[in-house]
Amino acid sequence: MLLIACPYCGESRPEAEFRYGGEAHLARTPDSLDDDGWTGFLYARGNPKGLHFERWRHIHGCGRFFNAVRHTVTDKFVTTYPAGEGRPDLSSPEFAEKVAEASR
Amino acid sequence: MQKFSALALLAKAFGGHQGWQPQWRSPEPKPAYDVVIIGAGGHGLATAFYLASEHGIRNIAVLEKGWLGGGNTGRNTTIIRSNYLFDESAALYDHAVKLWEGLSQALNYNVMYSPRGVLMLAHNIHDIQSFKRHVHANRLNGVDNEWLTPDEIQAFVPALNVFGKVRYPILGGALQRRGGTARHDAVAWGYARAADALGVDIIQNCEVTAIRRGADGAVEAVETSRGTIRAKKIGVVAAGNTSVVMGMADVRMPLESYPLQALVSEPIKPMFPCVVMSNTIHAYISQSDKGELVIGAGTDAYTSYSQTGGLHITTHTLDAICELVPTVRRMRMLRNWGGIVDVTPDRSPIIGLTPVPGLFVNCGWGTGGFKATPGSGHVFAHTIARGTPHEIAAPFALDRFKAGRLIDEAAAAAVAH
Ligand SMILES: Cc1cc2nc3c(=O)[nH]c(=O)nc-3n(C[C@H](O)[C@H](O)[C@H](O)COP(=O)(O)OP(=O)(O)OC[C@H]3O[C@@H](n4cnc5c(N)ncnc54)[C@H](O)[C@@H]3O)c2cc1C
Ligand SMILES: [Zn+2]
Repeated sequence: MLLIACPYCGESRPEAEFRYGGEAHLARTPDSLDDDGWTGFLYARGNPKGLHFERWRHIHGCGRFFNAVRHTVTDKFVTTYPAGEGRPDLSSPEFAEKVAEASR
Repeated sequence: MQKFSALALLAKAFGGHQGWQPQWRSPEPKPAYDVVIIGAGGHGLATAFYLASEHGIRNIAVLEKGWLGGGNTGRNTTIIRSNYLFDESAALYDHAVKLWEGLSQALNYNVMYSPRGVLMLAHNIHDIQSFKRHVHANRLNGVDNEWLTPDEIQAFVPALNVFGKVRYPILGGALQRRGGTARHDAVAWGYARAADALGVDIIQNCEVTAIRRGADGAVEAVETSRGTIRAKKIGVVAAGNTSVVMGMADVRMPLESYPLQALVSEPIKPMFPCVVMSNTIHAYISQSDKGELVIGAGTDAYTSYSQTGGLHITTHTLDAICELVPTVRRMRMLRNWGGIVDVTPDRSPIIGLTPVPGLFVNCGWGTGGFKATPGSGHVFAHTIARGTPHEIAAPFALDRFKAGRLIDEAAAAAVAH
């Protein structure tokens, strides 16, 4: 069971309190209204083996949605951040140590 | 190829079992092949076998990053059935069941296909309605499936707690008698041996790291941990790793990879005459010929390539098993493992052409593709050889997501395995 840090509650809590919400930052842009755009938005997923930007919801806690970066081979989290914020820049020095640790 | 028979076995027994040959070669990769298959699981090996045996294409390499059958083929709970709801699925999975019936003979390898029946338990009104609908739909498609009352279930599987006081009582069930199990490793080994005998090169410890394309966009070669291998046709059969491999050709797939777990108990005397499944409380159980209870758990909630799953997922299934089969409550479990399954939005597989010329894909079997192994390889081989989909495979093309022609077994309740 994962331990997940809710950015609102500021605490690491067991996975059982959360609901997974799939890939994050999938935006429906105006030019995605053709068939290819819709197909991509509805169905295509990055599904990376490595760092994954994903949505979680603290359903049995504060109830709010947030985003997380997790390494899908080790299942270790790099960071979590409130919904609506842009993707964190993982190449910045602030994350260097955390990304390395999550990949180990 | 050394042929297996009772006589050969007897003769070798008298010779102290000396002189058995390796069942397949370990060739060095050649610089080029007519067809390269990525992934030596059951589906990839079956594809190579049918390409060689039915389409006369023998200059084939099957590339495997680990060992053959080491992926989901060697990790699954081996349930075979074809009682899917939709016509397209019934055609595909029943094509496989028909091939299972003669597979040991066709491969000269005992795959231990055992049509002992698959019983799916109904625990509430919705289950009853949905399973009866399946029974009728299946019959219209010529697929056997029948409704059992609680009394009939108790008589068929005495170990089940049908009339006890339980949270989710057993109200009936659907039984497909032609369903059952097969020996998973033997399926991989049997196809590998038969394909190898027809000249197919199975190259293990050979990870594909890139797909090279020409100026016209068509595939030209793969880069591997054992060098460049050229091919004009490439078939991707990489299960949980399909998104990664297809990413090498810049194709974003409608797939998510999840851990799925199973476990086996210590061996005991025969007590399960068939496979028992319960989707509603998520438990499924069968007994191997060695006597171990083979138990399948669910997927984790999140995508992962870890090949392990959370303990709470197995616990959940074991809770259900303890209630369904109280006699096994104190049994010890011997092993627990995970595989990574590639799940599509409609829980149906993807078989066919891709936007990249020369690149074919067979994936998305998710939690339930073992049962389809022979049929999947058979229709995929046809699709690669002809360059157009086999008629059974056609509805499962990748472009169904754009066309909106989903084959929504996800909503068809009996989806699990
Ligand atoms: C725990 C569990 C229980 C299951 N139970 C059932 C069941 O009861 N009934 C049922 O029908 N199905 C079941 N399934 C699903 C079934 O196992 C799969 O759908 C099926 O085995 C897939 O076969 P495959 O040959 O496509 O994949 P795999 O056997 O996984 O083969 C894919 C191969 O591709 C290789 N590969 C990946 N990337 C690369 C690369 N870059 N280069 C080279 N090689 C690569 C992998 O190493 C792997 O060997 C279960 C799965 C699991 C995990
Ligand atoms: Zn919270």
